[in-house]
Amino acid sequence: MTLKTLAMGSALALSMASMAVADRGSDGELKIIYWQAPSILNPYLSGGTKDIDASALVIEPLGRYDENGALIPWLAAEIPTVKNGGVSEDLKSITWKIKAGLKWSDGTAFTAKDVKFTADYCMNPDGGCAQLSKFGGVTSVDVIDDLTVKVSFDKPTPFPYGPFVGGEQPILQEAQFKNCTGAAAPSCTDENFNPVGTGPFTVKEFRPNDVITMVANENYRDASKPAFATLTFKGGGDATAAARAVFETGEFDYAWNLQLAPDVMAKMAEGGKGVQVVGFGPLVERIMVNQTDPDPKWGDERATRKHPHPFLSDINVRKALSMAIDRELLREIGYGPAGKLTCNVVPAPAAYNSTANDGCLTQDIAGANKLLDDAGWVKGSDGVRAKDGVRLSMLYQTSTNAVRQDFQALIKDWWKQIGVETELRNLDASVFFGGDPGSPDTFQKFFADVEMYANNFSGTDPQTYLGSWRCDAEPRPETQWQGENIPRHCNAEYDKLHDEMRKTADLEERARIGKALNDILMQNYIIIPLVHRGGSSAHAKTLAGVKLNVWDTQMWNVADWSRIK
Amino acid sequence: MTDIAPQLEQEARSQWWDVWDQFKSHKGAMMGGGFLIFITAAVLLGPYVWTLDPQKLDIRAKDIRPIYTFLWENGAKVSWGHPLGTDNLGRDTMAKLMAGGQVSMAVGWTAMLLSIFLGTAIGVVAGYFKRFDGLLMRLTDLFLALPLLPLLLVIMLLFRDALRQAVGPEGGIFILVVIGIGITSWMQTARIVRGDVLALKEREFILAAKSIGTSSGKMITRHLLPNVLSPIMVSATLGLANAIITESALSFLGLGFPSDFPTWGKLLFDATDRMELYPERVIWPGLCISLTVLSVNYIGDGLRDALDPRIRGR
Amino acid sequence: MLNYTIRRLLFAIPTLVFISLVIFLLLQLAPGDPMAQVPLTVPAEVKQKMREALGLGQPIHIQYWKWLVQFFWVEPLHLFDYFFSTGYSDGMQRVISWQTRSPVMDIVAQRMPQTLWVVGMSYVLGIMIALPLGIISAYKQYSVFDQVGTFISMVGFSVPTFFTGVLLIVIFSVKLHWFPSIYDTTHVVNDWDSFVFQLKQMLMPVSVLALYNAAQIGRFMRASMLDNLNQDYVRTARAKGLSEKVVVLVHVLRNSMIPVVTVIALGVPQVFGGAIITEQVFKVNGLGQLLITAIQANDLPMVQTLTFIFAILIVLFNLIADVLYGVLDPRIRYD
Repeated sequence: MTLKTLAMGSALALSMASMAVADRGSDGELKIIYWQAPSILNPYLSGGTKDIDASALVIEPLGRYDENGALIPWLAAEIPTVKNGGVSEDLKSITWKIKAGLKWSDGTAFTAKDVKFTADYCMNPDGGCAQLSKFGGVTSVDVIDDLTVKVSFDKPTPFPYGPFVGGEQPILQEAQFKNCTGAAAPSCTDENFNPVGTGPFTVKEFRPNDVITMVANENYRDASKPAFATLTFKGGGDATAAARAVFETGEFDYAWNLQLAPDVMAKMAEGGKGVQVVGFGPLVERIMVNQTDPDPKWGDERATRKHPHPFLSDINVRKALSMAIDRELLREIGYGPAGKLTCNVVPAPAAYNSTANDGCLTQDIAGANKLLDDAGWVKGSDGVRAKDGVRLSMLYQTSTNAVRQDFQALIKDWWKQIGVETELRNLDASVFFGGDPGSPDTFQKFFADVEMYANNFSGTDPQTYLGSWRCDAEPRPETQWQGENIPRHCNAEYDKLHDEMRKTADLEERARIGKALNDILMQNYIIIPLVHRGGSSAHAKTLAGVKLNVWDTQMWNVADWSRIK
Repeated sequence: MTDIAPQLEQEARSQWWDVWDQFKSHKGAMMGGGFLIFITAAVLLGPYVWTLDPQKLDIRAKDIRPIYTFLWENGAKVSWGHPLGTDNLGRDTMAKLMAGGQVSMAVGWTAMLLSIFLGTAIGVVAGYFKRFDGLLMRLTDLFLALPLLPLLLVIMLLFRDALRQAVGPEGGIFILVVIGIGITSWMQTARIVRGDVLALKEREFILAAKSIGTSSGKMITRHLLPNVLSPIMVSATLGLANAIITESALSFLGLGFPSDFPTWGKLLFDATDRMELYPERVIWPGLCISLTVLSVNYIGDGLRDALDPRIRGR
Repeated sequence: MLNYTIRRLLFAIPTLVFISLVIFLLLQLAPGDPMAQVPLTVPAEVKQKMREALGLGQPIHIQYWKWLVQFFWVEPLHLFDYFFSTGYSDGMQRVISWQTRSPVMDIVAQRMPQTLWVVGMSYVLGIMIALPLGIISAYKQYSVFDQVGTFISMVGFSVPTFFTGVLLIVIFSVKLHWFPSIYDTTHVVNDWDSFVFQLKQMLMPVSVLALYNAAQIGRFMRASMLDNLNQDYVRTARAKGLSEKVVVLVHVLRNSMIPVVTVIALGVPQVFGGAIITEQVFKVNGLGQLLITAIQANDLPMVQTLTFIFAILIVLFNLIADVLYGVLDPRIRYD
């Protein structure tokens, strides 16, 4: 090593040191735009991504996932494990130790009591807590001392990081929220709009569904952070407008969730003021194949397991539908760099990503035609295949969204080439994704033959997610059409394997079972994966420190953001 | 032979010939009429000449620019096979404009006529018959107050499947869209017509007609309607533009035609994001809508002049 | 006239209650779910609990009665308390939005400034352009002025705002950097510079909306003027030796105003209803955006309250229009 490189190295170290001790608030204003505007800053009462992200600027959890999906301590001193004694040997309790010296933004001390209070707040039966499922199996939360809190479960829990981990479950201050539990939760407007937190910012003014102005938290634990003195969190408009404000006009520093066609995005990027950032979680755009008959003639038994689908119950048809799809083209047209190819419904974390189904990556129209020919589906004079009087004619529904309508048109065209007739329908997202049992158009009711949407799971463990496709989890009249098993898949082998996963603690073994479950769904073509979608956001070129995190809120490390001067 | 013909015409000449003569002398109306006939013929007969399927995808031929782009941009991707270019999935723009025009014109005209008919009928009845005035105008208030989106969603919920079974998917959607637009846009016309009728009712010529025992029906068709024609014409022109745009808004709710069914409004909306890259995709549908509305406006002007006996005499 | 007005005002109360009931039933019937925006990762049982916490399980008539009491009794009481620092409404439940868990009326008040600045201003501007435009166009029918005016207003009306708005943004924000593309609702006007900024951020949305309003009202003004310019009384007035200005601007204009008054009165409630698309394009976040986000999130108390406020305005302004008819044309009688 020459003297010169050494000198450069030390100069670099010096400059980095000077960055690290930059003063709080020295970088002026940070402007963030979300095209969906936050309505509330209490994630326990909303569950919407926009609200969770906005509240993450103010309130924080004990632990969270970093941009690679690894658990990291946040307000906790370390992540409890069996090895360090934080998780009991019988897997029935977890003990969190909190960092010493933490202060709320009002200057009072942060204690284990606040953590316990947060659990009580969410588990109150009258509160309507959106994160209740994270506390599933929790029997008690006990304060051991000021900085130690113990969570006990009713049965061995191989993955005890449900409560207090991730942006969805930040800690609320007991002193502020103590009169807001249960039925009183909704009436605490001031508390829900201006929570006292430990995060880098505090709320100055909250205008619901419009804009939030924030200032740096004077009591934030790192004296040099955040770099920004004030923050504006604007909501509203649409993704194109948000992208324009970062890429082209430079009015904003960060824009969230820019699901734009790649050519539109590329044109915006020519504006030169911003950078697109992409991160991949487990989000997959997929087609669900209805296993039940949605024909209106069945009345109340429409789309229930009493009546199997007249032709989609034939695996050859389902397989042919999948074979006819050119996934690379879909990715290119719809997502560009924000999409990856996949043949799985659980494409991430990497340990759960199966390679057994990769055959789907190449389109095979001829093969699909042959498969249908061999299965006895014969093309009629109108080019539509039929067998025993059953025509391969389908209704294909999805929510209204430019990319999804392009996908519909492309897939309809490919299916036409294999002799399947498709009628397209697009529905308003608020109706399609709403669970109103009075509406015929919800994705749960599935009064169509195939439907397309995207879904994922929160955190890094797919056990609950894979449990969606168990028998009896399907929406039906008796459950007011609520339930996760949208394709109405029912397979005893699958259920048995899933039971096994529930009892398994060993991570490698869990990954093996997870992949096997995924393969059952894929090889039966119950779910036809289309594109592995990434989270896509953009930030100004002058903004440093952004690490797009798809496993947690995108605002997770906002304290580290700074202005490049 | 040649000298008998004019004489016959002379005898058969009713006031409608005068109206036609006056209409013919209105340059704007003739041009508007010409354009309207042209665009109607283009969208109806065009697909027989230009036989490309508007839904046919050809991904290799995507994003082709219109042929005229060649004039100023040498390397532009153009093709005589697609003189107006293609969209991002390779669908032919010209075919889409023609197919879209059929839907937009059909929906626009029917919905506009329905709304004008409802509005005029309710307005005249409310204005002329005092005993219906309160009730009908409160009904108008009610319709004005109803939130549009939930109303349309309810209409869809109640009638979509029934209509689908009765008249097939496309016919069902057409009826639904026309009714959806029609019953949510008649109120302005009704209020305007009623206001005018209220004033007309007290004019001397109406009183005179009344005193010689003209029946209510005659009174409305002979004396009232011709005198409220010009605001109705304006409503109709504005209503046509409104109906064409509203149709595109409905398809986003899932109330309109399927997404691969082009209409002018939808073409315009879909292309807005790419207006810098492909300006032709907004210019053509935008022009089609504006020029159609403009020509209807001029025809309305001409008709108004032609039907007004005071002007006709001049 | 006074009698008529009082009678109509009294009759407006049952009308409005009926309208509120119809709106309520319509919203109940409309498909949708306040949990639509909660991520799919939240399980169905939890969503069901959240619905119950919102009071969704209650019978419909109880929900309606609660809303009636909250809107007609608690809210006015709260307003009274606010102005006179009394405490009559303490502890009473106000109309609470499901999305934000905060009183609906507070948010409405918060949205008023930008709605009035942008939508209100554009309406006033639209009328100010439309009236002279319509009058001159009619008086000089088929002149160049008339032709150009007709062309611009018809194109302005038939090209939708979702397109013109974005076009203006691309030209003036992206290319020229003259105006901001995103409206700052927190901006406070307190000196000349901040006033200039306010003008800059208002200019694009206001011009888009003003063009649209001016086109519509101007067409009715022109048509109505044309109808009257050829009437016998105009000839009489001219024969009497009245100046042309008096003939046109007093006699003809007054008689032509009935349809125009109708259209203007119909438009005022729409000002408060906001301009949904324009607000969305320019991120103005006024009442229109509030309504559309509430509809998308199925925030029924918010939608119900907003729609009902519009209903009050509609009934009120149609009444004003009816009274004005009598003023403009004394022959019109209602009794």
